[in-house]
Amino acid sequence: MQIYLPIAEVSVNAFTLIGLGGLVGVMSGLFGVGGGFLITPLLFFIGIPPAIAVATGANQVVASSVSGVLAHVKRKSVDFRMGGVLLAGGLVGSWLGVWVFTLLQRVGQVDLVVQLCYVVFLGLIGMMMLQESVRALHRSSKPGYRKRLHQHNWVHRWPLKVKFRASGLYISTFPPLLVGVAVGVLAAIMGVGGGFIMVPAMIYLLGMPTKVVVGTSLFQITFVTAFTTVMHAVSYNTVDMMLALLLIVGGVVGAQIGTTLGAKLRAEQLRILLALLVLVVCGKLALDLFLTPDDLYAIQPGIR
Amino acid sequence: MRGWLAGLVLLAMTGTAHGQSTVPQTDADAFPIPATPAANPPSDVQPAETVVAGLSSDSVAITASFDGSEILIYGAIKRETPIPPGPPLQVIVTVEAPSGGVTVWRKERRAGIWVNSQAVRIGAAPGFYAVATSAPLDDILLPEWDSRYRISLSHAMRAFAGQVAVDSAVPFTEALIRIRQDEGLYRLDEGTVSLIDQTLFRADVSLPANLVEGAYKTRIFLLRDGQVMDVFVAPINVRKVGLERWLYRLAFDQPFLYGLMSLAVAVFAGWGASAAFRKLRRP
Repeated sequence: MQIYLPIAEVSVNAFTLIGLGGLVGVMSGLFGVGGGFLITPLLFFIGIPPAIAVATGANQVVASSVSGVLAHVKRKSVDFRMGGVLLAGGLVGSWLGVWVFTLLQRVGQVDLVVQLCYVVFLGLIGMMMLQESVRALHRSSKPGYRKRLHQHNWVHRWPLKVKFRASGLYISTFPPLLVGVAVGVLAAIMGVGGGFIMVPAMIYLLGMPTKVVVGTSLFQITFVTAFTTVMHAVSYNTVDMMLALLLIVGGVVGAQIGTTLGAKLRAEQLRILLALLVLVVCGKLALDLFLTPDDLYAIQPGIR
Repeated sequence: MRGWLAGLVLLAMTGTAHGQSTVPQTDADAFPIPATPAANPPSDVQPAETVVAGLSSDSVAITASFDGSEILIYGAIKRETPIPPGPPLQVIVTVEAPSGGVTVWRKERRAGIWVNSQAVRIGAAPGFYAVATSAPLDDILLPEWDSRYRISLSHAMRAFAGQVAVDSAVPFTEALIRIRQDEGLYRLDEGTVSLIDQTLFRADVSLPANLVEGAYKTRIFLLRDGQVMDVFVAPINVRKVGLERWLYRLAFDQPFLYGLMSLAVAVFAGWGASAAFRKLRRP
């Protein structure tokens, strides 16, 4: 069934979009990430204009993260104070990101920067996760190992310390604020929630306990992507509600299936799978940058 | 033939399809048109051959399930005198979307990766342009008449915007035409206009699913001996209707409200799905 998207002004198959949303939903339920880093490149691939894919991707992430954060609030695994600090940074970052996006569009390098961001971040995170989870898998086979609560590093010596009770942390507000800003910028430029960057940053940089990390990051992502959606809608009119709705329908159903599936698999195995998936997406994007393109010319509407 | 024409007149009167045969005319702002059709009028051809034509519809509605549309363009040649001798009459039909600015980028390898390096900005290129002819285009149209009326695909774009910073803009404009042709947005369909007895013609032009809104323009050219004898221009109004129109207008007129609405849909869907599945799991 073909459907004409009013803002993107292209006609696509509705079931392709629902399926795409569903696939990403399964991933997000399985691994606890928003799935934005998958949906945006997939939308490019089926011919949605990049600006609309980025803005609408952010809108879709709102839906999946709301669904996730509600479950975590019930389980009391959200650190609201930490979430608030991250959020404050995130809103500043998001505003900065939309501004950078405009600038890049003007000089014609938006595709390149978005792709480079994906390659660098997915590559780093993928390697980190793979290394960590392989080590964890190795470790869990040896009994008698006891983990420290968290490691102290340079980040814990900064001023303006605050108690984050739910996380059991007493650290400066600057590191979480900076993490928030960085994630906000990426959310606006790449059309992602930034969970795949924030989760490792919270664990390895801030030393937060794993049980509150996912809930808190989802809490922050919900608000940052909501803000990004409205920013893109107001400044560029690039949010396609019809497109978002179809992705969301597939996504929310897929997320629930993924969560059920996830309960049946071991956590270490899941993380190795996610790490491999991240590296595959990264490799594909990197190849596009280095291999000679099929067509050296590209069209961009507008003559700014 | 008589009844056919009478039907045509009836159609024109009911208003479903109409248009006027005119002295040759195209966009006056783009290039000057001489008042007489020919600078060197061929002596053996009567200037009194004119086009009478109609469209199957003068508007296209884009609904949510829109996946392309077909437009039938039909008509007849009106003349006071017998069909002149010499090479037969030919017909070219063009359908053109509103023009917009376009930037064409060329990639270059820098430090191992491919980046956009040079750009040519084209002031006006139609988003869709189809040319249908009754015979191979090069055989029936002389280059000077082509550039006067801007008929062939290479004439689809109008002007460069700002300074052209590259050595030659030709590869860029060629790339634009090639890419748009691959996407089915620019089309040259040779021999698809059927012409009967040098008098009646019809052409079916299919509009793609990726259509944008606006005032489209249909032109019908009457040619003899490679020269344009008469031009007929009729508009086609392409617009979104129903939900499509409502969403589009809302997104541009009330962007803040639209943004909030998109959020509300997302939040509601996210909450609804988790609530529904919780109920499903707890029988």
